[in-house]
Amino acid sequence: MLTILFDGIAYGMLLFILAVGLAVTMGLMNFINLAHGAFAMVGGYITVLLMQKMGVPFLVCLPLAFLGSALLGGVLERTLYRPLYHKPHLDQVLFSIGLTFMAVATADYFIGSSQQIIQLPEWLKGRTELGQGDWMLGMGHYRLFIIAVCAALTVALQYVLTKTRFGSRLRASVDDQRVAAGMGINVNVVFLGTFAVGSGLAGLGGALGAEVLGLDPSFPLKFMIYFLIVVAVGGTSSITGPLLAALLLGIADVAGKYYIPKLGGFIVYSLMIMILIWRPQGLFVRKGGK
Amino acid sequence: MSTVHPVPAGAETVLSAQGLVMKFGGITATNNVTLNLKKGARHALIGPNGAGKTTLINLLTGVLQPTEGKIILEGRDITELAPYQRVRRGMVRTFQINQLFDTLTPLETLAMTVSQHQGLGGKWWQALGSQKRATERCEQLLEQFHLTGVMAQETRVLAYGKRRLLEIAIALACEPRVLLLDEPVAGVPAGEREELLQTVAALPADVSVLLIEHDMDLVFSFANRMTVLVNGTVLTEGDPDQIANDPRVKAVYLGHGDEINDAMEVASAEGAAA
Amino acid sequence: MTNSPTNSQNLLLQSGRWKLWEYPLWLLALASPFVLSSHALIINEIAIVALFALSLDLILGYTGIVSLGHAAFFGMGAYSAALFAKLVMPDPLLGLAVGMAAAGLLGALCSATILRGTDLTRLMVTLGVGLILMELANKLDWLTGGADGLQGVIMGPLLGQFEFDLSGRTAAWYSITVLLLVFVVARRFVNSPFGATLKAIRDNRLRAMAIGIPVTSRLAVVYTVAAALAGAAGALLAQTTGFASLDVFEFHRSADVMLILVVGGVGWLYGGVVGAIVFKLMQDAISSITPQYWTFWIGLFLVVLVLVGRERLIRPWTWMRRGSMGSKS
Repeated sequence: MLTILFDGIAYGMLLFILAVGLAVTMGLMNFINLAHGAFAMVGGYITVLLMQKMGVPFLVCLPLAFLGSALLGGVLERTLYRPLYHKPHLDQVLFSIGLTFMAVATADYFIGSSQQIIQLPEWLKGRTELGQGDWMLGMGHYRLFIIAVCAALTVALQYVLTKTRFGSRLRASVDDQRVAAGMGINVNVVFLGTFAVGSGLAGLGGALGAEVLGLDPSFPLKFMIYFLIVVAVGGTSSITGPLLAALLLGIADVAGKYYIPKLGGFIVYSLMIMILIWRPQGLFVRKGGK
Repeated sequence: MSTVHPVPAGAETVLSAQGLVMKFGGITATNNVTLNLKKGARHALIGPNGAGKTTLINLLTGVLQPTEGKIILEGRDITELAPYQRVRRGMVRTFQINQLFDTLTPLETLAMTVSQHQGLGGKWWQALGSQKRATERCEQLLEQFHLTGVMAQETRVLAYGKRRLLEIAIALACEPRVLLLDEPVAGVPAGEREELLQTVAALPADVSVLLIEHDMDLVFSFANRMTVLVNGTVLTEGDPDQIANDPRVKAVYLGHGDEINDAMEVASAEGAAA
Repeated sequence: MTNSPTNSQNLLLQSGRWKLWEYPLWLLALASPFVLSSHALIINEIAIVALFALSLDLILGYTGIVSLGHAAFFGMGAYSAALFAKLVMPDPLLGLAVGMAAAGLLGALCSATILRGTDLTRLMVTLGVGLILMELANKLDWLTGGADGLQGVIMGPLLGQFEFDLSGRTAAWYSITVLLLVFVVARRFVNSPFGATLKAIRDNRLRAMAIGIPVTSRLAVVYTVAAALAGAAGALLAQTTGFASLDVFEFHRSADVMLILVVGGVGWLYGGVVGAIVFKLMQDAISSITPQYWTFWIGLFLVVLVLVGRERLIRPWTWMRRGSMGSKS
């Protein structure tokens, strides 16, 4: 049981890193971006291709995945997303679905539709077991690695948000865009930077998650609902909200699939619907979320 | 000087707000407000910007739920009722910023509203426009509000003055017994004000009207009773002559800080004015 | 000087009246399975998709709610009708009614969830429902055949007379007739006082409440009706193709139907029909090259459509004088 908890936490932290960019950009730009998963997929494929074709070590691939996705995100924000910020949500949904379809089809065409296998470095394989019997905690080293990396990133994010100038500019822009602009904050730069970092984090998450979640062209569509759950339940006005939501989701999903395999994902979706009925603004929102 | 008829003696109270309090976190937007609207009244609610006048309207119509207090409409407690239920009981409001249906024409808008109020809103089989009674009432309203000429144009292309007229026409199409007008002439160009003012002045005598307005000419020519609201509290209430001559009211509008504070303290000490 | 009563009445009634070009259009449609009998299969598909899109139009075009899970009702109708034919009786019309009832019931249940919250919450919930149903259909494989789908749905003759033949003519004719009937009813519905209140809710929900419209119950009714109609489309699919599979619940279906409606024009009822024709014909042409190409071009089309602006690309409502509303910005 503790192992399940452990696996659930690892899964949840991974989801958090994948989805945090979406939460922040949704809170910031009020833009429903269903293509977020595509950036994750890009990061995953960058890692796979670099490792397989050029023999780049895994650890080096991770920051490269981040940079690659961040760059792509920045370019797309500036060219495609920016003109659409004031369009109604229907248009944003259609647009981001379109981007996703394009990404999925491109990946399918150039790389093929089979699952990608990542060869983890030796020191990440293996497993440590503590305790015994029912209370045994089985910790896969790779999952331990994921938790460590994601926790470090979370701390870093929180630091940036609360202690740096960029962070306070970001928070001001989320709270009230017009007032922030009126105070001299360059909202365009804030948007661009945030979107790029958010996409980069998604890419990093995709790279980290390739081994755990699987990587194939349908990744963005398969996991879109999970990212959206994290954002909808966790709210967009903080990063602790999505963190808690992601952990909840991760644990619920792993536990559900283990204890009641017949129902599988059903539990997660029903849980989400019930939470959203009970609290339409999300579980962890401190004031009216968007 | 006022051409307005005074409130008939012994007129019943149709709308009563009792001890309304509205708190948003640490801010008290409405502080123990009591207001009684008599039948057939032309009651104006005045006060400086930010006094909480629109908040009060939102409380009365159910858009906001009060932190404390009660609202009684025609003898029945409506504090718990949803906005649309209060409309069904005869209390209708207009909005300071036009809230219209942009893709519908004035004809369609009014036809829809009138049908809704004649109990036809749930009919899905008949065509809109096939019920003679509804269409006739609709034409009356278009006529009364000088909208006949533009009745077939989409609302989003109408001039501001016409939109404002439509805003009020919609409220009248609901056959209100209590009408809450939130700054009806706000933003209306001088050339179109007359039209609007005439229409407001020609409202049926048995409709009780609560008017929020900044335009003092309109207020003094229209109202037979006035309530002054400052910082969410009722400063004073009385008939137009009393209010016009009240030094505290003058202080509020001319902005003498100390006098305002003194006035506020006295008002709170007196409890609910009038 | 007042307009004579007939003038305003005329203006109002005008949008509900059938225009001259509509009669021959529908007659042609009804005749097409016989005239173009070699294409009966695709005609059938077009009619089904058009019905599905029409049902979404009631939600999207007339109330403004963005739903990404409409396939849930489509699939519910498909599986219910298929199971009814297999387990109870193979009469097509009864099966259609069962499919509509099941989907409508599901819609009524879901309507409670979609009326609260923001655009995002609604999107989520509609998505979630679709996914749950897919999971259910997958896991309850003793009933639904799981990933293999429900095979061997054999329909009895329509109205006791017309057998479903291999060429698909009866099927196509059946689907088009259902589409027409629904269209006629929907037409009356959107031009009624009820329909007008829906447009009011779409344009300005705050004001709709402020004039006494019971917004929540109106939306619940529309959503239920739209769900039932989507169920009808699903039932037709199961009945005319002889089986039901998991892909009726797929996200692709929900996304595709939204695209179809947007292409054809949201909010004027013909949008679904026009979009379905365009979409299906193009799909037939392009996907024979490679399946991946199709997804890519759809994606590109969506991106371009939004960037250019939906209204600038297609403006169908101007074809109908003072007809129902066209796409909203």
